[in-house]
Amino acid sequence: MPHAYTPGLQVTAATTVRKARLLPMRGDVLVKEGQAVEAHTAVARASLPGDVHPVNVVNRLGIQPSEIRHYMLKDVGDTVAAGEPIAETKPLLKFLKTTCPSPVRGTVQTISEVTGQVMVQEPPRQIELPAYVRGRVVEVMPGEGAVIETRAALVQGIFGIGGESNGPIAVPVEGPERVMEWKAAERDWAGAVIVVGSLISADLVRAAVRGRASAVVGGGMEAQELYGILGYEIGVAVTGAEKVGLTVIITEGFGRIAMAGNTFNLLKSLEGRLASVNGATQIRAGVQRPEIVVALDEAAPAPPAAEGSGAADGLRQGDRVRLIRQPYFGSIGRVVDFVPELQQIETESRVRVMRVGLDDGRTVTVPRANVEVIKD
Amino acid sequence: MRTGQLNVILATDCGSTTTKAILIEKRPEGYRQTCRGEAPTTVEAPFEDVTRGVLNAIEEVEELSGRPILEGGRIVTPVQDGRGVDIYISTSSAGGGLQMLVAGAVKSMTAESAQRAALGAGAIVMDVIATNDGRLPHEKIARIRELSPDMILLSGGTDGGTVSHVVELAEYIAAARPRPRLGHTFRLPVIFAGNRDARDHVRNTLSEQTALTITENIRPTLETENLAPARTAIQDLFLEHVMAHAPGYDKLMQWTGAPVMPTPAAVGKIMQTIAERRGINLIGVDIGGATTDVFSVFDGRFIRTVSANLGVSYSISNVLAEAAPENVLRWLPLPLDEGDLKNRVKNKMVRPTTIPQTIPDLMMEHALSRCALSLAFQQHRELATELRGVQRQREVGEVFAGVEAESYIDMARLDLLVGSGGVLSHAPRRAQAMLMLMDGFEPVGVTELAVDSIFMMPHLGVLSGVHEEAAVQVFERDCLVPLGTCIAATGPARPGKECLSYRVKPPRGDALEGDLTWGEVMLVAAGTEESCEVDVRPARGVDVGAGPSRALVRQCRGGQVGVVLDARGRPILFPAGAEERRRMIARWLSAMDIYPPLPGADAGPRHGGT
Repeated sequence: MPHAYTPGLQVTAATTVRKARLLPMRGDVLVKEGQAVEAHTAVARASLPGDVHPVNVVNRLGIQPSEIRHYMLKDVGDTVAAGEPIAETKPLLKFLKTTCPSPVRGTVQTISEVTGQVMVQEPPRQIELPAYVRGRVVEVMPGEGAVIETRAALVQGIFGIGGESNGPIAVPVEGPERVMEWKAAERDWAGAVIVVGSLISADLVRAAVRGRASAVVGGGMEAQELYGILGYEIGVAVTGAEKVGLTVIITEGFGRIAMAGNTFNLLKSLEGRLASVNGATQIRAGVQRPEIVVALDEAAPAPPAAEGSGAADGLRQGDRVRLIRQPYFGSIGRVVDFVPELQQIETESRVRVMRVGLDDGRTVTVPRANVEVIKD
Repeated sequence: MRTGQLNVILATDCGSTTTKAILIEKRPEGYRQTCRGEAPTTVEAPFEDVTRGVLNAIEEVEELSGRPILEGGRIVTPVQDGRGVDIYISTSSAGGGLQMLVAGAVKSMTAESAQRAALGAGAIVMDVIATNDGRLPHEKIARIRELSPDMILLSGGTDGGTVSHVVELAEYIAAARPRPRLGHTFRLPVIFAGNRDARDHVRNTLSEQTALTITENIRPTLETENLAPARTAIQDLFLEHVMAHAPGYDKLMQWTGAPVMPTPAAVGKIMQTIAERRGINLIGVDIGGATTDVFSVFDGRFIRTVSANLGVSYSISNVLAEAAPENVLRWLPLPLDEGDLKNRVKNKMVRPTTIPQTIPDLMMEHALSRCALSLAFQQHRELATELRGVQRQREVGEVFAGVEAESYIDMARLDLLVGSGGVLSHAPRRAQAMLMLMDGFEPVGVTELAVDSIFMMPHLGVLSGVHEEAAVQVFERDCLVPLGTCIAATGPARPGKECLSYRVKPPRGDALEGDLTWGEVMLVAAGTEESCEVDVRPARGVDVGAGPSRALVRQCRGGQVGVVLDARGRPILFPAGAEERRRMIARWLSAMDIYPPLPGADAGPRHGGT
């Protein structure tokens, strides 16, 4: 049977999800293999080195770099408080004395007799890495982190902003094509992940932030609204560090696009369940798509493990697909057949194509590159 | 091995997504590229071994050529009984290429020289740290710490000049304790190429924490720039440190008969070779999905820049943001709503492998490509300048005041413009590639244009270090696809007024005579091995390549498109009104037969048949 390799986004009611939780630098792992963890359980801890502040002592005191040690009150390794003098001149008349205070609390790291600079490093900052998903520790990497495995429902979006958060799923709209007006979002969401139908607006996001929602999930968003939310343009799809007050995920693309029916129905069936969401998106170099993970009960039989996000997979006749380029952008249908020979399309490019039977009854021919499999 | 013994050459380029292998064989007429294979690059998980992708690409070459090359998972070298190849060579940009941080005392002097050295060695410059870059000292330290580069190039001070500024930068690097991107257990390579008098101090500051290499000053005096030693040190360290820690490269380096080169460095090398051999000035551009590299060789002076976020898929949204929507829309002959444009661009950004299926969609991508080319070239010109701070003392003050230096790139003296990258090399019609290059670079006077047929310049660059003649022969015969010649007018442009009159004798048919007014463009068909006799008489003050008001009489080479007379002005003139502008664009597209016919478009002048 003919098939094609086409990227797709995973939307599945039950799969095995593995999450590697890795510290940004070496630290301590706080969990053991086999241990059950909640989403908020700290799995590892590390001390991030504090910021380093150069202090130009020689300029401040009006001395030569080679003389600096003569004027220092603190040595390398000494701790200092913010504002505490680290060096001072020694005039005969005390009121002529000039002091050089430390700009921050920290430790003297270096004293340079070449530049006359003193480096003061702030104390290290402790960070704790949460498990992010409820599950079980299946691997511990000493000093680095741990892998958490869980049986979960998984929905991958196409693009998101904001990092990891958790909250119960709320579906206040009737169907995937509906639009939630921002005024309807003016309420207390108590940390919920809100599923809003076909369109996310900047006003809606702002209302959801005011209402303490954890995340907003929708089918599409006008590109201009994304600018409205962020205040700047996103030029390259590498996201996750945005600070907008919550996580935003779109499942289909930019523009007003109804969420795929199976995605909406799955999220609707999970209403009230605790979801782990992450808007982080990276299209290049190790594709990462935003996601909604809902851990399921452990008792149910484990389905096969899901391989990463956006993985290529074989596409076959009858498979459900989404068309992802004009003139059929956003349409959904099933693969009718593959044309083995290269075909000339309207642009005069010769490419591999397939025929797709759309849900509205039309059968259209599209380049294979412009099709995305909907995994169900 | 003597180069005369090289009859069969295998070369690969390990790109971020695809590994491309080509076979070059010695034929009676000379060296020819005979076969090509490709396979996904396997640097990242789950394979994490670059040689897997290399072997897959070579297997494809074996299948297509019928020549056995591999035996037991190894390349057979040299040729034995019709099996194997005489040499295997490779370039690499996989795993993100060579990512560098550069630092220098003054941003537009030593830091800029350091940037030129790093870019010329094939690096992506992640940031430029300088004493006067406007950031506070602790911000610089934080930036150095967060970047995790492959290597740092530290410069600063002329020999005998300031010591403290450059040592200050060394102290920032030491305080940041940056970790290398690959091989976390190793010390980060740092090259010091600054004031000779600061060497001991820099050594004391950095030698414990970093793998420090000291080389000659890149700016020994204000008047001289000496980039070659730093470039060589970068490429040596690239092999020793970066490549050695990338997955599978230890094996790859054992297979190759010459050092593995960073892909952009190899492209630069072949361009320098060609420019030197032909005695020409040339510009090359490689427009990719994420980045656009521009190379130029002017009067033997080579420079490369990489615009890290100007590309036509992954970075397409950044092109729109930097160019502004109105500058993209002005290239379209059809109305398109700005919101719709933004949505389409963002959708391409998140689904970068999709391809245009309709002509308007193709036009939109080509419009964005023009903007990416233009922006990348603008950045290139900003770095291709005469040394700043030279001769007059007050120029040092100008540097601090941000006074712009003139670029030495003189478009009137450009002989050849070469484009590569999917959007140019695989454009459905070659004329589309030619017009994109003309619009993006706006050549003036007489300029030949070409595209790289299958992006084999990296392979030929590394080959030129082993067998220059073979590399040049393949470049001329199989790599370059000549598009034709552009003759562009400059001068006091007044829309609708006469710009030039012409008499062109095409290779076939009668001579063509007529006038072009400002805003018009005309194509004369002339094939790859053909040329046209051109006699162009410009209007008063107008320059078509022979000087203001002077007639241009010469032979112009054809190509897969032909010879173009371009009277659209420099910069290209656009009517203010949207409707009028769209009609004019439609006439340009029609005159050069760029796209299949569009409904409602006026036909423009097009001569000489096909």
